Amino acid sequence: MIKILKYSFFDLMRSRWSYVYFAFYMALGFVLLFLNNDVNKAVITLMNIIIVLTPLIGTIFGVMYYYNSKEFTELLLAQPIKRSTIFTGQYLGISISLTLSLILGLGIPFLLYGLFMSSAIFEFTLLLVVGTLLNFIFVALAFNIALSNENKIKGFGYAILMWLFLAVIYDGIFLISLVVFNEYPLDNFALFTTMFNPIDLSRILILLKLDISALLGYTGAVFKKFFGTDLGFFLSLGVMFLWVLLPVWRMRTKLKKKDF
Amino acid sequence: MIEISGLNKRFGKLTVLEGLDLIIDSGGIFAVLGPNGSGKTTLIKSILGMVIPDKGDIKISGESVLKKWKYRNEINYLPQIANFPANLSVKELIKMVKNLRPKQANDKALIERFGLESFLDKKLGNLSGGTKQKVNIVLTFMFESELIILDEPTTGLDPISLIHLKEIIREEREKGKTILITTHIMSFVEEIADEIVFLLDGEIYFKGSSIELKERTGQSDLEHAIAHLISKDL
Repeated sequence: MIKILKYSFFDLMRSRWSYVYFAFYMALGFVLLFLNNDVNKAVITLMNIIIVLTPLIGTIFGVMYYYNSKEFTELLLAQPIKRSTIFTGQYLGISISLTLSLILGLGIPFLLYGLFMSSAIFEFTLLLVVGTLLNFIFVALAFNIALSNENKIKGFGYAILMWLFLAVIYDGIFLISLVVFNEYPLDNFALFTTMFNPIDLSRILILLKLDISALLGYTGAVFKKFFGTDLGFFLSLGVMFLWVLLPVWRMRTKLKKKDF
Repeated sequence: MIEISGLNKRFGKLTVLEGLDLIIDSGGIFAVLGPNGSGKTTLIKSILGMVIPDKGDIKISGESVLKKWKYRNEINYLPQIANFPANLSVKELIKMVKNLRPKQANDKALIERFGLESFLDKKLGNLSGGTKQKVNIVLTFMFESELIILDEPTTGLDPISLIHLKEIIREEREKGKTILITTHIMSFVEEIADEIVFLLDGEIYFKGSSIELKERTGQSDLEHAIAHLISKDL
């Protein structure tokens, strides 16, 4: 598996898009720090961007890589290697290379600005951890969609739709349902529904730590009220890990029956 | 020896293989022929474990290979479409495949034979279709394996490379290897195949030499004999 991972990783590391992605984050980091002049504020702005952008990039890269390397995957499938090894290796290769773009792209400007001297070091690290988890989650989801759809266009469409749903539509439905049913006690419902969206979950994870939970979305406020920050923090982090593990597990089961 | 018994495969509503029984003895060149969509590639991919059959069993050297993967170390496979990661160089790709198989490889001789030396450092994304197919052939033949499966090996090859390919296939037969080939080029079949396996509607419709086929259909050349086989059934 390490061999497959290595090659997928180097293949992606040499692609132009990894650098574009890296350069984008780096530019973003510098611009935010320049405009805000404050690491703390920059972290909040960054959160808003990372939470929407990493899932999108992870989804697109995941789907694109799967379809583009289809014939090569067939070549690998004819080698004496287990199926699950090939795909887990590719999956890790993509996720890790995306994560590296994220961490280096944002890390460099923040380090140069004096991150270690600022009080925001913990928040910034948490941001990177959440970004990394989102990468792993959405690449896995994208792989799942691609594995279930032979048709490239369809697979791409479903993947983008999934992103749109989780990043935008889900919150809309959530908010509407809160307004419509506001005569009922909705706290548990709100909490429960949040678990089903990794993007909402990451937002809460960071907001709880930034202590500005009322600032963004109703979901954050509800979550803060319900949990003492520590319990909420570990619970949402745990659920995030589940969001990685479940799609990976489904991917591996799906593979056993798939024809190539 | 490959023993296939009662192999069934459906893709949705489409039944591709229906109770296919086939025994392929060790040694020799077997051409798997049939009209488009007759299940040639599905059959080959089932042997390789890429397509998972609904029913039936496939045994290689007496052992069932379904759901296993280690047996593939004894199979060389040339896929129909050669498409490699665009950002790797030819050299890196060869190194990678060598890395994946616990086996001795003699890639140097093959690279020389197909004149690929000057392409070794080029990125795979910049190669022409024919050159990619040559790389594909090098990857297939650089290992010593008992079973060699070639899916449309002639695609995109220039005449000189085609001659080299035929030479290599013959050399492998001399070594006692079993070679399965699918192709639509009948002159190629007539030239090198020892036996023809003709697939139609998911079953083996004919198995024997090209001379037998011609005799049975009363045609003087293979192309017409095959056309006759297909049309008679329709």
